[in-house]
Amino acid sequence: MTDLLWLIPALPLASATLLIFGSQWWGPRSVAALGVGSVAAAGVCVLLTILSWQGAPLQQTLWTWIAVGELSAGVSFYIDGLTLVMLSVITGVGFLIHLYSAEFMSGDASYARYFAYLNLFVTAMLTLVMADNLLLLFLGWEGVGACSYLLVGFWHFDAANGAAARKAFVVTRVGDAAMALGLFLLFREFGTLDIQALGSAATAQWEVGDPTAVLATALLLGGAVGKSAQLPLHTWLPDAMAGPTPVSALIHAATMVTAGVYLIARTHELFLLAPPTLAAVAIIGLLTLLLAAFTALCQNDIKRILAWSTISQIGYMFLGLGVGAWSASIFHLMTHAFFKALLFLAAGAIIHCLHHEHDIRKMGGLRSRLPLVFLSFLIGAAALSALPLTSGFFSKDLIVLAAFEAPGIGPWLWAGAVLGAFLTALYSFRLVFVVFFGRADTLPDRQPGPAMAMPLSVLCVFSLAGGWLGIPVASVFPTAAEAHPALWVEAVSIGLPLLGVAMAYVLFLGRQWDASGLVESAPGQTLFRFWHAGWRVDGLYDWLWVKPFVGLTVLLKSEPVDRLYGAVVALCQFCHQQLSRSQSGRLRQYATVMAAGVIVLLGVVWRAAGG
Amino acid sequence: MILGLFYVAAAVALLSTAMALSRTNAAHALIYLIMSLLSVAVIFFIIGAPFAAALEIVIYAGAIMVLFVFVIMMLNLGETGQIREREWLKPRSWILPGIFAAALLAELLILENGLSGTTTGVAVEPKAVGLTLFGPYVLAVELASMLLLAGLVGAYHVGRSFLARDRGVKHQ
Amino acid sequence: MDGLQVPLEHVLGLASLLFALGLTGLMVRRNILFVLMSLEVMLNSAALAFVAAGAHWGQPDGQVVFMLVLTVTAAEVSVGLGLVLQIQRRFHTLDIDAATRLRG
Repeated sequence: MTDLLWLIPALPLASATLLIFGSQWWGPRSVAALGVGSVAAAGVCVLLTILSWQGAPLQQTLWTWIAVGELSAGVSFYIDGLTLVMLSVITGVGFLIHLYSAEFMSGDASYARYFAYLNLFVTAMLTLVMADNLLLLFLGWEGVGACSYLLVGFWHFDAANGAAARKAFVVTRVGDAAMALGLFLLFREFGTLDIQALGSAATAQWEVGDPTAVLATALLLGGAVGKSAQLPLHTWLPDAMAGPTPVSALIHAATMVTAGVYLIARTHELFLLAPPTLAAVAIIGLLTLLLAAFTALCQNDIKRILAWSTISQIGYMFLGLGVGAWSASIFHLMTHAFFKALLFLAAGAIIHCLHHEHDIRKMGGLRSRLPLVFLSFLIGAAALSALPLTSGFFSKDLIVLAAFEAPGIGPWLWAGAVLGAFLTALYSFRLVFVVFFGRADTLPDRQPGPAMAMPLSVLCVFSLAGGWLGIPVASVFPTAAEAHPALWVEAVSIGLPLLGVAMAYVLFLGRQWDASGLVESAPGQTLFRFWHAGWRVDGLYDWLWVKPFVGLTVLLKSEPVDRLYGAVVALCQFCHQQLSRSQSGRLRQYATVMAAGVIVLLGVVWRAAGG
Repeated sequence: MILGLFYVAAAVALLSTAMALSRTNAAHALIYLIMSLLSVAVIFFIIGAPFAAALEIVIYAGAIMVLFVFVIMMLNLGETGQIREREWLKPRSWILPGIFAAALLAELLILENGLSGTTTGVAVEPKAVGLTLFGPYVLAVELASMLLLAGLVGAYHVGRSFLARDRGVKHQ
Repeated sequence: MDGLQVPLEHVLGLASLLFALGLTGLMVRRNILFVLMSLEVMLNSAALAFVAAGAHWGQPDGQVVFMLVLTVTAAEVSVGLGLVLQIQRRFHTLDIDAATRLRG
């Protein structure tokens, strides 16, 4: 079935091309048909590939892309279990979100442009996961970055959206630069960028803990951190919520931001040779998930809460990667794609039905008025909180238990992870209780139509039952020992999310315990503001990078170096003026000066003659 | 006795030069200058250069000074010129030039101090001068002739428009 | 004048004095006629120095150079007097300080 492989990225690309160059010829209906249909067709191709898959990796080379000296990179695909999981998520969730967008974006003036960008994004993302060499992967990597920029700034008439898009682009660029350096290093060491060849060559050439391996993987990790919005490059993701909500669901929850996880999983053979980097992955994941969870607790914008929770969940995936629970991480990536897309789409439905209202304090009592959305959101929040038997439970539990088993700092990682799980449940159900229960402040003026309802329903099913799906990655990753921690560890892992839900109920719905006094107090306010501002990381970067840079540009704007040369010019002009004053045109003065010169000259002659 | 003549001539030369350069009337100054030149001619004769003495009288005092006389006559300065000269020659304007000239003179005299030689006392005849002039210095003679030609052309060109105006012809 | 030996130092001293006088006149006088006269005096003093040196060595070279100086003087005076006439015509004065068109 390798014949169909090239069609998977080619179909959305063709659609995007048609939409970009022929947008004026099609009405909204054909635009939607083209945009949604191309992704659906790609999804069918993926499905056919899966059905005919024998378990062995598929490879297909279309043509040689670049051949310069030693470097030879082809447009060639490598399909194994990991790729298939990613392909399914991208085309499956992508198709649902495209379908949803067809209704959500209806009436927008740039309908065709939206679908063109979205299709282009899907193309780039598919290229990223299908690439068999790191250069093609990097092409897809930069492609999704560019599409993210275009879609975050989709409503570019508002300057704030443009600023958010720029921020997303520039901050991820920091990581991408690191990744490019990593690629250069790997190429210098091995003379190839082919992923499979790199893996075997590295295993043969490097000892475990080789400094070069640590450096190369750290640079790759830099790229992953940037793209996946992990500490310290996470600040762009909350601002990226300026884009349309389906975009947030597709790019900034389900697919693009997990590219970092995919990259690390794809190059796990390199990372296994660099235990320090792997530990750094785990610690970055843990810190990010805690930071993001605390921040999510203090937000009021429904999309920003979900954005911070995305950062937090990707932190879990990094934690899993760091402790060697590769398949658990990829599993969580998949289930997270389901329930986070569901949550975003449900939030989009609320926003859509409430006149673009984002503030959860102005929502309330939507349970009966938007029943389908309520159900979707409830299921999504349950999965996000990892309540038992939902999809999130299975994947997150695997990661948490694997973290406990990690040598050395394992229990600490586990403690942080379950604290994060508790917080996750708390902020998820805060959202549910505040938005859907209580007094109805703003009334919806419409109900989601079938194109929005259908993806919600399908994603509900997957969010609930996705945990029972098996993912065929056993052949990709080294087999990890089955985690069998003590019973109390399992009990705490399962129980804390439930406790979080209960606490959310007590705080936000039943109001048995009013914490407002605690929040209103001076230290409470300080802490609240600190967490609300995302631990003031933005302010720190502003102070650390932006302000000095702006100061430097202001300084350079006045051309300080030119002033030096200007001074030389001014000196010359001054001397010129003084000397031309001596040029009076008076002959007698010249004669006098000449006489003085002769006097001096004779004096010199006299001295020289020994007088 | 004759050596005393040298010092008399030198004194006359200095005095008449000083008078020449401090007059307000150009014609008077010219007469003093001619006197200075004549005394220098005497000195030439005394130190043994009779040919130079003759040339000094014929060309310097005779031809060149007559040129000055012609020009002074053409300009016809008269009484107003003298009044203006007196205004220009304020005592203050002598200070700086005097200092400079004195300094230069002092340096020259210091450098000349201690020269013990004298003139030979034997006149160098015009024949010897002529032989030298058209022997080793023939190139210098050619150059001098070129210079005189250039002076002739230059003087004609510079003075032409003045002469033309006087004839009532407009040139420029 | 056979046998008359004039000290060279005195002749050169006279030349120096004449030169200094001429220089003073050149720097002091504003009338261009007097400026030319000062130049004559200075050239003459230089010529005197040459002739004196020639007399010291009993050679004709001093007088040869005197003739060259004479040539230069003649050319200079002829052009200089032409310029005097031009200045009188253009500025209606003989003041050399009036001709300052070359001021920088």
